[in-house]
Amino acid sequence: MVMRKKSPLLVEDNKFCPGCGHGIINRLLAEVLDEMGVADNTIGVAAVGCACLQIDTFGIDWIQAEHGRAPAVATGIKRCRPDKVVLSYQGDGDCLAIGMAETIHTAFRGENLTMLFVNNGVFGMTGGQMAPTTLPGQKTTTSVHGRDVTKTGNPANILELLATFETVKYLARGTVTDVAGINRTKGYIRKAVENQIEGRGYSFVEILSPCPTNWGLTPLKSIEHIKNNVAKVYPPGEVLNRTEEAK
Amino acid sequence: MKRELMKGNEALAEAAVRAGCRFFAGYPITPQSEIVEYMSWRVPEAGGSFVQSESELAGISMVYGAAAAGFRSMTSSSGPGFSLLHEGISYISSAELPAVIVDVMRYGTGLGDIFQGQADYWQGVKGGGHGDYRLLVLAPASVQESADLIALAFDKAEEYMNPVLILSDASIGQMMEPVSLPDLKGHDPDQFQWSLKGKQGGDFRRVTSTMYYRTDFNEYIKAKFDRIAENEERWESVSTEDAEVIMVAYGISSRIAKEAVRLGREAGLKLGLIRPISLWPFPKKAFTGFSENLRGFLTVEMSSLGQMGEDVALADRMRHPVYAYLSGDKVPDPETLVATARRVLAGEMKEAV
Amino acid sequence: MAKEKIITYPERCKGCHYCLSACKKGALSVSEFTNKKGHKAIEANAEKCVACGSCFTVCPDYVFELVEEAGA
Repeated sequence: MVMRKKSPLLVEDNKFCPGCGHGIINRLLAEVLDEMGVADNTIGVAAVGCACLQIDTFGIDWIQAEHGRAPAVATGIKRCRPDKVVLSYQGDGDCLAIGMAETIHTAFRGENLTMLFVNNGVFGMTGGQMAPTTLPGQKTTTSVHGRDVTKTGNPANILELLATFETVKYLARGTVTDVAGINRTKGYIRKAVENQIEGRGYSFVEILSPCPTNWGLTPLKSIEHIKNNVAKVYPPGEVLNRTEEAK
Repeated sequence: MKRELMKGNEALAEAAVRAGCRFFAGYPITPQSEIVEYMSWRVPEAGGSFVQSESELAGISMVYGAAAAGFRSMTSSSGPGFSLLHEGISYISSAELPAVIVDVMRYGTGLGDIFQGQADYWQGVKGGGHGDYRLLVLAPASVQESADLIALAFDKAEEYMNPVLILSDASIGQMMEPVSLPDLKGHDPDQFQWSLKGKQGGDFRRVTSTMYYRTDFNEYIKAKFDRIAENEERWESVSTEDAEVIMVAYGISSRIAKEAVRLGREAGLKLGLIRPISLWPFPKKAFTGFSENLRGFLTVEMSSLGQMGEDVALADRMRHPVYAYLSGDKVPDPETLVATARRVLAGEMKEAV
Repeated sequence: MAKEKIITYPERCKGCHYCLSACKKGALSVSEFTNKKGHKAIEANAEKCVACGSCFTVCPDYVFELVEEAGA
């Protein structure tokens, strides 16, 4: 049976706020790398934002990318070291605002990479500003009256966009709101890493995650908010599986 | 060694591969596109990887990743594209990784134009990106030197764990000259303890600003750049000992200036030339041993504002006046430089700095 | 199968209470112990715990472990 014990890859307590979903996602990723026996040959590319806080607490080789450029940095590493597991770990602003070009083109080229995208609907580290993923009407520090979609557009759905590229092999959206959802998310991450190891090509997993600090909600209310509101705009599940395994 | 007739850009690209460059990411922009084109087939042929990136921002980031993986990595650009590289260059310097960047300069601000020019001295030499860092900047003045300096650049980048910039220009990049190239060299990315390869049972690596992990960072990083400044000045002096006017020029302008020294001396004018090969560190050590009759320096640059003059004045500790001949997007001609030197001697020129 | 026992690391707790919501057996509660992070840590009642692992799954801070009881 699966060990229910902190992964040895989680070498120190994480630095995230109370109730932050990154802690759960860190655990899932650590367990996947552990269970697959690839942690010693994995290189992580951390984004700018809260998604970089784990490079001291998560014991794999890491590189800190420039803001938004994690997929490009990952491309450089993977092209040079195709036998390593290379994964990027990004948040909303990094992956979908400043780094949208890198996100799209890395998928467009079909790099044999694993990209993890943590969607908590705000710029976390800078204090909760509006992100491309902020819900319509959601109040943030740069949308104080609520996000006005007539001026700022609708929440960006990156999975729908990436699904249009034939080079993209696997797309899934997980949550961390409950035991079943968390376990499904772990399965998505595992598939995304397996695809890379098997050389099946580009995989991208989005994970809906709470940011109680910047949402101004308690952690438990944040979980309810994801279930009742965020998941309506961003339905969880496997969106696309073009791998051989799927056939 | 066998000599071949090659374009400056292509000789530079071939020499990079022969120096062990096995990763190149780049984006087309005139007048450096030949480098991207050449590397697109040559790097894979040598067993490496080439990516035509979606932007210079992405390209330098790919180089950052490849450099962190221990591979000899490079990108090249020009003018507006060079502006975009500085984000990544700053990160590479902060992480103390080796990489080589080439800027084949063109002319102008903003979009500018594809004309020949030397408009990126400030951006390359004074630190185009954010923070406290310097680049070792090397400026070739011939096709042969383009090849020689790129090999040196890879060695120095690893010696100092800092990016090195080759500041070429459109004329040097586009001209054809005979060149001798060294043999093809390999490069082992696993020779470095620091290169990302997965922790493989050891401690995990964190490639990020080294400032996070050193309590003595301020002193440490100052000492490192001081060491580069002390050890890496490179220049060529031509007839400076008895000169009454010393021109200071690099890249394409220096070739014209060298011809002007010859022409001037034939006509009895005591002209000299200091040709910086390293622009940072600026060759301060070249500014000694002058004649008492030296009337001033004449910088020769293809820019409108004269970007190098202040460095000349500082290197000379402002002991002599600094004048400038600024030709914008036109390559100067030697006769005009001789005439300008005459005006310096006649006291007709206004000081430039 | 060997019986599993719950172990808690109260110093890691940040007080989000995801575990309280996830535990269907009422085996978890807020203790009087305030840890160095300033949170009143969660404590487990081993009698009520059925070692389902829900707390382990939802905890962002690795407070819980389920380990096989020695000699069981």
